[in-house]
Amino acid sequence: MNCAEIRLWLHAHVDGELDAANSFEVERHLKTCAACTAEVKSLQSLRTSLRAGDLSFRAPDSLKNDLCQFVREMGKEKVSREKIDWQWLWKFFAFGATAFALLTIFLRPAGISQRDELLDEIVASHVRSLQAEHLTDVVSSDQHTVKPWFDGKLDFAPEVKDFAAQGFPLVGGRLDYMNGHAVAALVYRRNKHFINVFVWPTTGVEKAKTESRRGYSIINYETNGLHRCLVSDLNPTELGDLAELFGK
Amino acid sequence: MSANEPQQFEQIVLPHLDAAYNLARWLAGNDHDAEDIAQEACVRAFRFLGGYRGGDARAWLLTIVRNTAFTWLKKNRPQKVVSISDDELQEIEDQTGVVGAFHGADKDVLRAALEALPLEFREALVLRELEGLSYKEIAEIAEVPVGTVMSRLARARRQLQDSITWKGAV
Repeated sequence: MNCAEIRLWLHAHVDGELDAANSFEVERHLKTCAACTAEVKSLQSLRTSLRAGDLSFRAPDSLKNDLCQFVREMGKEKVSREKIDWQWLWKFFAFGATAFALLTIFLRPAGISQRDELLDEIVASHVRSLQAEHLTDVVSSDQHTVKPWFDGKLDFAPEVKDFAAQGFPLVGGRLDYMNGHAVAALVYRRNKHFINVFVWPTTGVEKAKTESRRGYSIINYETNGLHRCLVSDLNPTELGDLAELFGK
Repeated sequence: MSANEPQQFEQIVLPHLDAAYNLARWLAGNDHDAEDIAQEACVRAFRFLGGYRGGDARAWLLTIVRNTAFTWLKKNRPQKVVSISDDELQEIEDQTGVVGAFHGADKDVLRAALEALPLEFREALVLRELEGLSYKEIAEIAEVPVGTVMSRLARARRQLQDSITWKGAV
């Protein structure tokens, strides 16, 4: 390695930036080269002078003060900004909650919504029927009296059976309205509990589904072109027994 | 937004204000411009606090100062900012002629000689000798390869040696 090649490396050598292998090369060269050794001494002397020369500038107080002032203002600004942020955050969440509620109401699956409405209507009809002697339009435990009574009043013929032997005596029947349609309401009794059985025609087939609404038990199922809906304050198990008797 | 920027600023930026001003001062060449540049750089640093990923806060701040200074200089003194070509660097690498040995110099002479250096040489030497940064750190700040840092330092020192030997060797 000659002087031309090594000259640049002398700086890295003086700066302590050479790796061990190259440092060794430089050291070996320096042992035999007076010119490069002198250059190294010159560089070291220059470094000493630069470092001892107090050449660094110190930040003036005016700059320090300006920046401290700047920081204080940014701190205040940040605080006020945070307040605004919280307001916006609050508004954002309030808006979000409202939007979510509205979306839940309007955009939830139509089937579920209609289901809820139907159940509400069933319970309302049941409750209404128990008030003001409105339970039955035709009072009879005789299924042969009740069934003809519906003739001409409905466009379908509900099956009417008395289950007194099974503990569900027929009380009577009446006309009701469900889903905007006239439906047959058969009234049964289990001990002191009244049971409304709403019947209306349907094209669907649905397995019995037991639900609960405002303390009432409700069983819906669809078979043989008829929708049957049993509702009562009776426990779901006994209500299920009646549904079995209808041959669900 | 991080939790507490003013507090972060006091912990990360303000301790290195002298270093920031020193670099700005050596690049700008006068107190007034240096203060403007340093202040602008610190305000930028405040805004960039989110980008600080730990590590040497001083090197991070000096990078911002450097960029601020060069932007300022290009705008205000375009004639002073001259990119050094590789050819010029090649010239120094080939140069093996004898230079005057340096045996020390008066502080003012040294300062004047340093100020007379081309911007990029001055920058490299200030970062190396006054701030004590490594080649790698200087390379990152100046956005050049480590080899270029070494070349710039070599050329800067040679010029210093030459000018001081001529003008005021003790």
